[in-house]
Parts: sequence; C-alpha cells; structure tokens
Amino acid sequence: MKKTLQIVTSAYRCNSEEQDDPVVWICQAMKGAGADLDMLLEGTAVNYAVKGQDASGLSFGTKAQTQPPRIEEDLKRLSAKGIKVYAIEEDVAARGLERSDLLEEIKGIARAELPKFFAQYHQIWRW
Amino acid sequence: MKESSMESYLLFESQEPLESAQVPGHYELAAALKAAGNRVTMFLVQNGVLAARHALRSEGVPRLVAAGVEVLADDFSLRERGISASRLSSGVRVATIEDALDQFAAGRKTLWL
Amino acid sequence: MTLTFVMMEAPFENARTVSVLRLIDAAIRRRHDVTVFAYEGAVAMTFARQAPHANAVHGRTAEEEDHPLPKDWVAGLMTAAQQRGVKLEWINCGLCVDERGVAEAIPGAKRGSPADLWKASEASDNTLVIGTR
Repeated sequence: MKKTLQIVTSAYRCNSEEQDDPVVWICQAMKGAGADLDMLLEGTAVNYAVKGQDASGLSFGTKAQTQPPRIEEDLKRLSAKGIKVYAIEEDVAARGLERSDLLEEIKGIARAELPKFFAQYHQIWRW
Repeated sequence: MKESSMESYLLFESQEPLESAQVPGHYELAAALKAAGNRVTMFLVQNGVLAARHALRSEGVPRLVAAGVEVLADDFSLRERGISASRLSSGVRVATIEDALDQFAAGRKTLWL
Repeated sequence: MTLTFVMMEAPFENARTVSVLRLIDAAIRRRHDVTVFAYEGAVAMTFARQAPHANAVHGRTAEEEDHPLPKDWVAGLMTAAQQRGVKLEWINCGLCVDERGVAEAIPGAKRGSPADLWKASEASDNTLVIGTR
C-alpha cells in the first residue's frame, strides 16, 4: 500500500459553507477506506493547528448554522486514527504562534527537513 | 515507510512571485530538494512563466537554474502571454505539456505548487 | 499505464482547469488509461445543463461564438479515449454533486466517494492533485 503525505495549503476557503475543511475531511474519509496517510499543514493552513477556533453563530436571515466547522475536533480525530499531523515551524512562527497555542497532537517540522521528510512517502498530494 | 534514496520530482508552478507571496518558498523547496541529491524539474505553467522572462527583477528563476533544477516553461502559456524564447532567462527551456506528462507518467513525485 | 488526476477547481474560475484538461488530453494521446476524481467545484465540469450563448461584444451569434463548454471538452476527451482504446474514468464526488445541485451529468461521468479516489490511486502508477486556492 502506498503511503501518502497530504499537504494542506489553503485554509478557511469554504469552511462555513462546507461545515468542515474539504481536504481535512477527505483525508478522514480516505483513512476510513483504508488509506495510509499523514498530513502536513503549510502556509495559512498552519492556523488549523490553533486551539480555540470558533466559527459558530452564523445566521443569514431566518436560517442559522447549527453545525459550524470544528477544525480542532477534526484534527484531533485524525490524530486519534493514527494520522500524524505536522505543521511547518517557520510558517507557525511567522504568524506569531507559540507552541503553546497549538494542539498537542501537532508535530513541528522545519523547512530544512522537508526533503528528507518527503522521501518517507511514496506520493505527496498537495491540495 | 519507504526507505530514503535519490528520487525524482516534478513541481508545477502556476504563479509568479509578484502574484503570490508563496512562490519564493516554492522555489526554495525546489532548490532544497535538488541540494538533497534529488533530480528536480520545475515546470512553469500559466502565470508561472512570467517569472522566466529575463527582464524581470526577481532572481528566483535564475537561482533555480544555477542550483541545478531543470526549469521548463510551458510553450502554450508563453505564447498566450506573448513571451518569445529569446526573452527567457538563460537556462530555461521551452517545453510542452507532453514533456510534463511524460515525467509524471515516469513515476516522479509530482506536486502542483 | 494508469494515471489519476484529482481536480478541485470549478469551471470558469481559474486557468488550472484548462491545465488539467491539457494534461488529461496529453495522457490520452500517449495512450495511458486515466482516472479523474472531480472534487468540490470541479464536479460542475460535467453538468449537462451548461448552455452556450451569443457574444454581442464579439459581434458573434451563439453558433459563431462556438463556445466550448467544459462538459463538451470532457465529452471530447471521453471520445478521444474511446477512439484510442484507452480508458477515461470520470468520477464526481457524490456529496459535492448533491450540495451543488449538479447531478445531471453528461453520459460517462460517474458518481463516487473518497473511497473510490483511494482505490483509483492505489491502482494507478501515479496520482496528481491539483487543488484550489
């Protein structure tokens, strides 16, 4: 079986409409179908690793959203299923984030480590 | 996990540095993969070919060429933007989408940046 | 050889759509079997109700404008694959189809799930994901 690295680069694009992030979601679905994968958060997507995200409360006219996206829960669920979730350390620091701001499940990786890191996977899917 | 060894990469770049702040980081990734001993091709497509014009102030593409990354520019994207081969930075080669497809089909780790 | 492409971009929004079609076209001309998993907005590529229009700015009737709609391009790729004796399997993510109301698809476009993407990828020699921004 091929082991793939799923790189998430885009963030908060359509989360309110979809009630999740489509890439985080499809990774969970593929894992459920037997896929062997890990996830790397890059660029803006490193903010998905932040504790305390709250997208609740949207309402348009008489229609309220009752199931807002809960990205933290999704990442914790991924991790509980054995998917390692990494975030690029430089992208985290550039956004003023400390390690304590991030979910415990997240592992940091420096850009300089990426070539060796990529070599561990059969394929790299960059969304 | 598979064992580490020299590998081949094909990276598609569809944006130029002035269009997206992410692009310099993509160039750095390409150079880093090359420095790690891999075979690396960056295929510039869509607005990515704008960075290949040698009049541009950015040194990003020339640095990639100097680092040993094979830099290819999509012929259709160049023609669509009125960029002739004579205007390209030294070392950038005009290529076809078939060239990119062949590298992908040959099994290169392929990323659309 | 079998190649899998994953596309996310909705039609008419970004040149990535055309770039992916060019890669698929090249793959078919090289006589590779191809699987396409259309995710998110890309499921609209095969929506059967796309309709051409005239272009007053260009001064052309609908016939003269001859506007190739995404569904026509995908149908053209399917025909080319058939003529060359290779497979082009086009799978639309079913949930994405439902939420966008584009279930009416051209013949040959199938409905599938992330499990189908994973199976296709496992059965393929290589997989390329072209995301959206």
